[in-house]
Amino acid sequence: MPQFAIIAVSILFDGLAYAMFLFITSVGLSVTMGLMGFVNLAHGAFAMAGGYIVVSLTRNLGIGFAPSLAIAAVVVGAVSVIFERGLYRRLYKATDLEQVLLTIGLAFMAIATATYLYGPIPKSVPLPTWLQGDISLGFRAFPTYRAFLIVLGIVLISVLWYAFEKTNIGAKIRAAVDNRRMAESVGINVDLLFTLTFALGSGLAALGGGLAIQLFGLSPSFAVLYLVLFLIVVAVGGLGSLKGTLLAALVIGVIDTGGKYLYAEAGGFFIYAITVIVLLIKPAGFYGRE
Amino acid sequence: MAANETTAAAMTSPRDSEAIAARDRAAEYLVSRHRYRWAEALPWLACIAVFFLFPDRLTFGSQVLVMVLFALSLDLILGYAGIVTLGHAAFFGIGAYTVGLGAAKFGWTEPVSGLFAAFVVASIAGFITGWFLLRYRGLTLLMLTLATAIMMQEAGNLRSDLSGGYDGLPGLVFDPLLGRFDYDLYGHTNYVYALVVLAVVFYFVRRIVYSPFGQALTGIRENVRRMHAIGSPVHWRLVTVYTIAAGIAGIAGALFTQTNAYVTLTVFDFENSAKVMVMLILGGTGRLYGAFLGAAVYMVLEDYFSKLSPTFWQFGIGLLLVLAVLFARRGVLGLFEQAGAYFGKDKNLDKNLDKNKGTKP
Amino acid sequence: MTAALQVQNLNRSFGALNVTRDVTMSLERGARCALIGPNGAGKTTLVNLITGVLKPSSGTVLLNGVDITTSSQATRARGGLARTFQINQLFRGLSVLENICMAIGERDGENSNMWRSAGAKRSVIDEALDHLDSLRLVDDALRLVRELPYGRQRLVEIAIALAQKPRVLLLDEPAAGVPSSESHLILDVVANLDPDIAVLIIEHDMDVVFRFAREIIVLVQGAVFTQGTPKEIMSNEDVRAVYLGQEGHDAVQRGGGHV
Repeated sequence: MPQFAIIAVSILFDGLAYAMFLFITSVGLSVTMGLMGFVNLAHGAFAMAGGYIVVSLTRNLGIGFAPSLAIAAVVVGAVSVIFERGLYRRLYKATDLEQVLLTIGLAFMAIATATYLYGPIPKSVPLPTWLQGDISLGFRAFPTYRAFLIVLGIVLISVLWYAFEKTNIGAKIRAAVDNRRMAESVGINVDLLFTLTFALGSGLAALGGGLAIQLFGLSPSFAVLYLVLFLIVVAVGGLGSLKGTLLAALVIGVIDTGGKYLYAEAGGFFIYAITVIVLLIKPAGFYGRE
Repeated sequence: MAANETTAAAMTSPRDSEAIAARDRAAEYLVSRHRYRWAEALPWLACIAVFFLFPDRLTFGSQVLVMVLFALSLDLILGYAGIVTLGHAAFFGIGAYTVGLGAAKFGWTEPVSGLFAAFVVASIAGFITGWFLLRYRGLTLLMLTLATAIMMQEAGNLRSDLSGGYDGLPGLVFDPLLGRFDYDLYGHTNYVYALVVLAVVFYFVRRIVYSPFGQALTGIRENVRRMHAIGSPVHWRLVTVYTIAAGIAGIAGALFTQTNAYVTLTVFDFENSAKVMVMLILGGTGRLYGAFLGAAVYMVLEDYFSKLSPTFWQFGIGLLLVLAVLFARRGVLGLFEQAGAYFGKDKNLDKNLDKNKGTKP
Repeated sequence: MTAALQVQNLNRSFGALNVTRDVTMSLERGARCALIGPNGAGKTTLVNLITGVLKPSSGTVLLNGVDITTSSQATRARGGLARTFQINQLFRGLSVLENICMAIGERDGENSNMWRSAGAKRSVIDEALDHLDSLRLVDDALRLVRELPYGRQRLVEIAIALAQKPRVLLLDEPAAGVPSSESHLILDVVANLDPDIAVLIIEHDMDVVFRFAREIIVLVQGAVFTQGTPKEIMSNEDVRAVYLGQEGHDAVQRGGGHV
């Protein structure tokens, strides 16, 4: 196999794994922003919290990696409801600026708390044996963990897709994203719907945070560092669009990975350039409503 | 037709002296609003007092003044025009690197002309990006401003041969100020230099804020649809103020480089954009002196607490932001005013102050 | 003489939905025209197309004979086109006086000035006070708009438009949301507008329409259903069937309220 093809396949594979992480973590943010127009800069903090819960469960309590992920998602999802009901709800009608400030404040507090509890040094998790090592596809070996990430991502996408497109609740969410007032007037309880999606989105973010540890390590700055990426995925994809979030995650994931393979010095330059270009042409993102 | 209306109204309506008095009162308020008040001398007197009271802390003092200037530039666009940006550090960074590169690579070490150069370069950057970005609002604008600032940082990192990357350009040497005043160890010269620059820029900003143009900016913040409907070239107005604010942020950045004698790519950090916004919010947006108070309070608290425990400081600033949004949407200055009103001081004064700032409904 | 405002074959669609269909109409100088039609007929959309908030899919708009179809809202406003909004669009955090000065400042290009202080031109303030005076708003001049009762806010809405010294004025339900005890204040203002201004008023209250208008345009599903004098419209069976519904003439007589 020629050299460039091997590189291309590697970029696609790693990019795909990365994209799955981006999608899982960002999709909740996209739906909640689409529903309520709420700019939630604390979303990365929910992901970080999920990551640290996984670290504690695996390292201190000896619980397996996979069950830890599930527990983290459920716990963070449940706790996020408290934030939504107690704090966010007060600011749905406030300005962008106020939402930005409140949630940046929460993110700062979360980072400080994490630093206090876990220290600034990046943490790792012990992986079960079935996720270690490589899978060989003949011409090249791929890390098992990334393959797992891709499979998990595809499964989650399918489930979300089904829930969003085929179920009653999914139809209600789509209706509310499309036209909130109309949805309310036909008797959809948008507030409750929002609380549910917020919890689900935060839980998925926590799952993403747990999955990210093996990829990037986990330190308190995760909450802000990767938040920018999640926001980019949401903005480029279009608020409240599952399809858009997936497409944006794929584009950003593959381009960022490719950029780092081929031209590492450029760092994140490419994804920011892509972001600016896409938003200048389509201000509401790929599938957003203008 | 309009002339008709005016004269007709003038003849028929102010029938009695009371009506005339009501008109005069109303007019007087607008006419006198821009006049200097005694209280405005306080922050400046405080700055001068610091020079004599804390002669060994003046290096820190000039850092505070730089941030006041930076926050002031943000106030123009955020507080007055209502543009929410997450990338204002871009212009601070451009200004900082204009004089940094000038001194390191081109031997341009004269400080005052360096400030002008920084103003010009940052203004041009502000004009170009503003012209593209200011058509958008909300999340799109947040992301675009954020991405622009990070792109500049990444671009700087790509050319680390020029920018020095994250190690920066250390040990920059600038000419003595005005050819006479050297930069002494305790930063006396720097402090006075920064204070004078701040005062000059402040004068210009104050004029802009109280000008008809400044009123139009407030109008855009209050209701952009109406501004379009009454014929305001909204985009042009926003680009204009964005350009000016970018230039001033550039001056702040240049001062930063000159007073520190070094610069690194961290000036473009998102944290820098967020920090200046936090300062302004804490002080109070859309009120000129909010930038003073916010930057000074933030810097002093940070200096004190981050020495004790950076983690504690970060938690505290987060908590402060949350509390500010929930309970003090008009910043510390707003709290003072509320307290003043509560303790039954001059009600009218409070009302007038209220008029100047205009919170969101 | 060129018409103050001319609309020719104007179309606008949102996706598959045609909200404005082939509308042609014109306002002469000093016209008093009412635009009526059932809810969702596209009345506000038409105003938005004329003022440039929306761009038409096809068709032209002429202001005093000048093609403004592709002009910005600002250009149209400076050309003498003013409007009020169905839902107040005011500078709520500013005083009433400042609201009016804002419009005068934009009209005269004063608002580009960065150096002079906003209060330095007494002529602007005096003119603003004159406008307030003619609407009996002087006593509220220094109050913040958001502190005013809704009816007074509706007056400020009109005062801003008048301060633009328009030649064409589009009033989008000027008395909407105002209790009937106060609405006469607003309607008096509307009735006493400068006779030179061409006025288009969207209004549901048939009393007002028949009192004010010399000409009525009926809009149904985005298209001009018919137009004519109040008398012609009142006696038009089709209008009654389509617009006034079963109650027909009675509704007209009662002054209808919100149809």
